Amino acid sequence: MKNELEQIRKSALGAFAAAAGTAELESLRVRFLGKKGELTALLKQMGSLSPEERPVMGQLANALREELEGALDARVRVLEQEALEAKLRDEIIDVTIPGTPVTVGHRHPLTIVLEEALDIFVGMGFEIAEGPEVELASYNFTRLNTPEGHPAREWQDTFYLSEDSGVLLRTQTSPVQVRVMEKKAPPIRIVAPGRVYRKDEVDATHSPMFHQMEGLVVDKGITMTDLKGTLETLVKKLYGQESRVRFRPHHFPFTEPSCEVDVQCFQCHGAGCRVCKGEGWIELLGAGMVHPRVLAGCGIDTDVYSGFAFGIGLERMTMRRFEISDLRLMFENDMRFLSQF
Amino acid sequence: MKLSRKWLSEFVDIEASDREYDEAMTLSGSKVELTEDMGAGIVNVVVGRILSLEKHPHADKLQICRVDVGADSPLQIATGAKNVAPEDLVPVALDGSVLPGGVRIDAGELRGVASLGMLCSVKELGLTIHDVPYAVEDGILILQEPCSPGQDIREVLGLDDHVVEFEITPNRPDCLSVIGLARETSAVFGKPLHLHEPKVKAGCGSLEKLLAVEIRDPDLCPRYTARMVKNVKIAPSPAWMRERLRASGVRPINNIVDITNYVMLEYGQPMHAFDFACVNGGRIVVRRAAPGEELETLDGTRRRLTPGMLVIADEHRPVGVAGVMGGANSEITGSTAAVVFESANFNGTSIRQTAVALGMRTDASSRFEKGLDPQGTLPAVQRACELVELLGAGEVLDSVIDVKAADFPATVLSLDAERINRLLGTEIPAPEMAQYLRSLGFAVTGDRVEVPSWRSDIEHYSDLAEEVARLYGYNLLPTTMMRGETTQGGFSDVQRARRLAGTLCRGMGYSEILTYSFVSPSCFDKIRLPASSPLRNAIRILNPLGEDTGIMRTTALPSMMETLSRNYSYRNPSARLYELASVYLPREGETLPEERQLLLLGGYGDMDFFELKGAVEAVLANMNIRGVTFAAESEHSSYHPGRCASVSAGGVPMGTLGQIHPLVTEEYGMDTPAYAAQLDFPAMLACRAPEARYVPLPRFPSVSRDIAVVCDASIPVAVLESCIARGAAGLLKEVRLFDIYTGSPVPAGKKSVAFSLTLRSDDRTLTDAEADADVRVILDLLHRELGAVLR
Repeated sequence: MKNELEQIRKSALGAFAAAAGTAELESLRVRFLGKKGELTALLKQMGSLSPEERPVMGQLANALREELEGALDARVRVLEQEALEAKLRDEIIDVTIPGTPVTVGHRHPLTIVLEEALDIFVGMGFEIAEGPEVELASYNFTRLNTPEGHPAREWQDTFYLSEDSGVLLRTQTSPVQVRVMEKKAPPIRIVAPGRVYRKDEVDATHSPMFHQMEGLVVDKGITMTDLKGTLETLVKKLYGQESRVRFRPHHFPFTEPSCEVDVQCFQCHGAGCRVCKGEGWIELLGAGMVHPRVLAGCGIDTDVYSGFAFGIGLERMTMRRFEISDLRLMFENDMRFLSQF
Repeated sequence: MKLSRKWLSEFVDIEASDREYDEAMTLSGSKVELTEDMGAGIVNVVVGRILSLEKHPHADKLQICRVDVGADSPLQIATGAKNVAPEDLVPVALDGSVLPGGVRIDAGELRGVASLGMLCSVKELGLTIHDVPYAVEDGILILQEPCSPGQDIREVLGLDDHVVEFEITPNRPDCLSVIGLARETSAVFGKPLHLHEPKVKAGCGSLEKLLAVEIRDPDLCPRYTARMVKNVKIAPSPAWMRERLRASGVRPINNIVDITNYVMLEYGQPMHAFDFACVNGGRIVVRRAAPGEELETLDGTRRRLTPGMLVIADEHRPVGVAGVMGGANSEITGSTAAVVFESANFNGTSIRQTAVALGMRTDASSRFEKGLDPQGTLPAVQRACELVELLGAGEVLDSVIDVKAADFPATVLSLDAERINRLLGTEIPAPEMAQYLRSLGFAVTGDRVEVPSWRSDIEHYSDLAEEVARLYGYNLLPTTMMRGETTQGGFSDVQRARRLAGTLCRGMGYSEILTYSFVSPSCFDKIRLPASSPLRNAIRILNPLGEDTGIMRTTALPSMMETLSRNYSYRNPSARLYELASVYLPREGETLPEERQLLLLGGYGDMDFFELKGAVEAVLANMNIRGVTFAAESEHSSYHPGRCASVSAGGVPMGTLGQIHPLVTEEYGMDTPAYAAQLDFPAMLACRAPEARYVPLPRFPSVSRDIAVVCDASIPVAVLESCIARGAAGLLKEVRLFDIYTGSPVPAGKKSVAFSLTLRSDDRTLTDAEADADVRVILDLLHRELGAVLR
């Protein structure tokens, strides 16, 4: 009987090892370990053994059952592993094939620059103001200390919509200053972005329509040093903490004192190069203390309040930022251009 | 304004290098645009004296000369020139020299004879015979300047100058002069200003009997000053004057004309010289032109004058357009015997308008138009006469005609140092402020500031603040952050919604465009807008750049079509674009139009109606616009009549979308279907639902049932859907179309439409029987109302 057990062991282990799949192993389990299997059949013959032999053989048979069950489970795991590996091998793909296209549109480069600037000002407590593009000459000129007869009001420079020169396409975002001061009492902190129009023929650096951003601060005790601080902060946030700024006296009818603000050329750091046309500095914006006449014209008491204003040309800023060489590209809206940003 | 540093040094002595000078001037408000070294292109060219000339042994047309160039031994140079003779002083380009234009001259051989340099003509030195009037155009320059062999030619010809070109702001016409810039220089560098007072000997007869001046229109001519010179000898000006004119960008002509230009550059006061013989009746009348009057100006053009223009006339006729250009009838010629020097002050606006109307902006008019110093007329005319005597150009008559229409009192301001400091944020002591102002020519006594006559731009304490700040140095002012009440700041709801709309459009694959707000009036026809459409009532620009930018747009569809068409012509295979575009709608009884924003989406290439509709639906849904419905729109003439829908939400019309009418795409030169949506942005905002509130997640499972019904092909899906929704007694949670089929076995004129229905109760698990009962109700309704039968 011992020999017969050994016989079952050998043939079972041999069959397990040879089995090619889990289904085959299941039938081998039935054949060797099932209720009607070979091992059970052998145990049924235990009655023919002596009482001394019976427990010994019983032990041997149980040990064999355990061993065979263990071997069978181990073999199942191996085969499952092999099957998984084979499946994964079958599923290999070429990961260098491009992904399923998801097209996301592009922001216009000017919007990128504008939104960045607006976010900076909002962070500094500014509100965003808006005003009409078709504007009254009184807002665009007269109330900005640019009286009738001033050269800026010529028909050759400004688009007019009425014969009496009373309605025009605004030439600057500055009229928003007057509209805001008219409606709102200080403290005022606004920026006003928008389209402006001048009678310039289209070329690489001119367009009859372009974008500006106006800024205005009016409060008690606003000084020229505040103007410097605010604009320096803007420049450093836009162009990095290490950027250098300089202020140059200039002239605008509606600010006094007035200045232009230059940033040191990013390319040559002041030595002079192609980007800054050899000057070492790049003109960024115009600014100044709001002319007392403009404040007074809006009913603001100039003995109590003062303010500063600034205007930034967004196209120039955008072109410089992205090294765009021709202004016309900005309004052509060629997909090949737009998709670069 | 071009400034010669040599000329400047006559008035103020500074030690700054060119770069230091340019920077200091720029930072004090006189911005340096360009700088130029006059002789920068000339290297190693010296004066040579011709010692001898002999014939070239191998060439008939060449001569060999020995030239003393100040070196130990003379140079041998071969030349083809015919106008040189022994003892002539000539410019010699030595071995290794450079001439303007980068031409390099090296020693070499000419037909077998060594030649160690080159003799130069005027042209080879980058000059013209206007610069050197005694020179010949086609020969070597024989120098008449006092000079000696070996001397640098740049020094001899006055090319050793540094020219600084300033951008002068329109409020500072006083700086359009050497003296004005010298005054700025002196203030900026803290060096004394040496002004020269012109002295005229005269004594050559009396002017009064010969000439009288009458100002008829004093509003346009506050002052007219004149002197006269007889026995005029027209000749070239001396080298020093020509050099300074040349450095200032003015072409030398003859002594009299050069003197007027020289004085204009030096004093900033334009002058005019005209032939006394042409002044009929010995009277100069300053008056507005008479209707129909004409004048041929110095440039040879006949000008039709209008009564708004000021003229200088004699008894009968105009002899010049005041402040703009003189008349040909009184031009200085070689035979001119007596000259009148006019130095007048004119109304700036009038001069500008005249110059614009006549289309001739001259050096003089561009100065006058900025408003010049009325006190500047007299010194200028004196200086001109002084120069006449200095140059020996004629004999100056006694006395000056000086007609003033008014007195010109000085502006007086008070120096409120406290207020200036408050505006600037500084603590500059009052005496320091006074010092800055004095250095600019202001007379300051105590807190009384008398503004110099040439500074009409100074009217206010804030103007004084700028003068103080710029001399103190803008960049030395401290930098502070605003104090005071904190403000909240931030974007308005509309501003945030615009950004969201842009983000969503880009998420759908559409790229942002920016297009012009003005369009061509012909665009209405191009998009087939009906003749009766109110959108054709657009605001016209009265002075547009051209017809194609002649009106303010009332619709943004043409801008989108134009952009699509341009991309198509660039052979971009597809485009998906959006724009938040303003339109300008005239309003009855209002001066200003309504500026309304539209959201445009457009595209072509691998696109259909439903792609665009899907994008629009997604944008609207994510902007929280609920209850959006689409209805077929066959009347919109810009769109395909069968592929266009109007969009609305809760009954509020929001816009239109669809395939562009093939006739419109054809108009725009596109041979492919294009699609566009136009949505009214304010309407969209009005339809936004309140912010979402959380709804508990369903606790019971849903049941889904698929149904396919056959109905008339003409019944819209939306009608079927609304019928289904009504039949479901509140249990239907979702209807999803998943198939539309026509063709066999579905009979002709019919279609099979398949929906997936999701049913769910919020208070129990639905049984199959309940769900089936609901579906039966739905099917009954579909059959009863629409004749649709289960397939």
